[in-house]
Amino acid sequence: MKIQTLSALTKKELKKNIRIPGYLFLTLIFPLILTLAFGLAFGSFGTGETTYSIGVVDLDNSDWSDWFKTNLSDSEVMSISSYDDIGTAVSDLQQGRVDAVVIIPTNFGQSCDSFWADPITPSSWYNATVDLYVDEGSLIVSNAIPPLIQQIIMQTLYGEDFSNTPQPIQLGTAEKVDAEHFTQFDFMAPGMFAFAAIFTTMIIAESFTEERATGLLNRIQVTPTTPSEIITSTIFANTLLAIVQVSIIFIMAGIMGFTPKTEFLGFFIAFVLVLLLVICNIGFGLITATIVNSPGAATGVSFIFILPQMFLGTFVPISEDLGRLVPSFYVTDALTSLFLRGAPALSETILIDVLVVSIFCLIVTIIGIILFTRFGKD
Amino acid sequence: MKSNGINVQNLVKKFSSITAVDDLSFTVNAGELFGLLGPNGAGKTTTINILIGLLKPTSGKAVVGGYDVLKDARHLRSIIGVCPQEPAYYTYLTGQENVELFGNLHHMPKNILKNRAQDLIEKIGLGEDAKRKAGDYSGGMIRRISLVMALINDPDIAFLDEPTVAMDPQSRRAVWQFIRDLKTQGKTVILTTHYIEEAEALCDRVGIIDNGKLIALNTPKALLAEHNVENLEEVFIKITGRKIREEV
Repeated sequence: MKIQTLSALTKKELKKNIRIPGYLFLTLIFPLILTLAFGLAFGSFGTGETTYSIGVVDLDNSDWSDWFKTNLSDSEVMSISSYDDIGTAVSDLQQGRVDAVVIIPTNFGQSCDSFWADPITPSSWYNATVDLYVDEGSLIVSNAIPPLIQQIIMQTLYGEDFSNTPQPIQLGTAEKVDAEHFTQFDFMAPGMFAFAAIFTTMIIAESFTEERATGLLNRIQVTPTTPSEIITSTIFANTLLAIVQVSIIFIMAGIMGFTPKTEFLGFFIAFVLVLLLVICNIGFGLITATIVNSPGAATGVSFIFILPQMFLGTFVPISEDLGRLVPSFYVTDALTSLFLRGAPALSETILIDVLVVSIFCLIVTIIGIILFTRFGKD
Repeated sequence: MKSNGINVQNLVKKFSSITAVDDLSFTVNAGELFGLLGPNGAGKTTTINILIGLLKPTSGKAVVGGYDVLKDARHLRSIIGVCPQEPAYYTYLTGQENVELFGNLHHMPKNILKNRAQDLIEKIGLGEDAKRKAGDYSGGMIRRISLVMALINDPDIAFLDEPTVAMDPQSRRAVWQFIRDLKTQGKTVILTTHYIEEAEALCDRVGIIDNGKLIALNTPKALLAEHNVENLEEVFIKITGRKIREEV
């Protein structure tokens, strides 16, 4: 391989990504907008707090129900709206104006009084049920709200020190893992690095298909340039672009309040993982370019590789088992361990992820190169 | 062994049931400007694509510059320059960047490449537009820059496939002069064209090709004399009963 050839083709690729608006958007502007949009929607510019909007219908209007509502309001993660009737509250939930609705039953105060009248005889208590409606469309809300409400019911019944009430089973003292200030954006950020990289498939597929359709690949083939020089220069150029992409996402995520819990080696491993994913997607791009015959078709067909990686391997929590079929899953998993759990950069989990992504990268890239050089370049 | 001539023996190229090149044999001498004349679809471009190593022949043999096109394509590519029928260029690069890119792909030394690129671009009349993106060029300018891209490596043998098709008269004259200069530099040139006047004005010898077969081969003057006609179009009509360029 000649350095002069590689350098010329790499520069040509970089100029393409900077001078053609569509490519510039996909490689550099898209990651910037993606991080900004998700940061604004799910982060809160570094405050780290997530607030859920709760509608409350008080059918009891007792001192106990007032105390329960005060405890809900005092919670830093909930903002309370009062409703006079259940129908209006549920209607607002259906329209997305509140995340959940809590119904305080008519016998709420009576139940609390009966408990304190004879705390050790359950048969003497009046039982009451606090009904809860949550937004089924939000996995985070439907998982987070019920335990929070349960905790506040306990706090209302037992008082501030309810956790000190003698119980046969106690929760051990929590090890501090400093996870109490995570926002939804924090959980999404690791997936965003993979998210931006997987669009390399589309860029490569379009690029090679267009060069073939316009006769440029043939023209290059009648110079001393070899197919391996063409593909290596593409990998070089996209590796450089991936470094810029990752840097943009790091900077934007930092502005949005995301603070990775890792050090230099962790950042280095993160870069390596994203680069491996980019190379893997160059392989997918070559496979796509082999099976289609126009740039327009390349755009559409590339989604065969993009969508599974996007939905199974980034920040969209569909299925962990299916996720294991795509390389982006392992990148996101490793980045989550590094950035959120503070896992050591050379821990077994991280190294296994790096190994699996490397194997994916090797296999897909080799298949892509073989297919394209045999069937795709003419 | 390297020489600047071309030797084609019993070349055949079939695409499924269609025979695009049918038992073609001819020789081009070193330093000769050889024209392949024929109507669209005659097999000119297929022949060129075999000679530059892009297509494998079904049978037959071709040696270009002393290199067998099948066995030694790598060396072949270092001595040829190819101007394709459809100009292939990067729209997002400037004219000069396109030319320099192909110089780099031919491993030209940087300083020589820079000077030669500027000289050729000036000579073909694109000096003022060299820094503009090629995507903004007119059709004639694109064909001219495509020709410079083909010749930037100072090739021993140049393949020019319909270099002036759909060109305005001014651009065509510039390209003709450019091609004449190649001949004075001792380059071997294969020029495919369906323009009679182009073949008559430029070529030392002309091979007339129709349905993949070579139907006549000689100097333009000898062909006219042999068939007792005024121009090469009439030669073609006399042999095939058809015009080279059918009226639309």
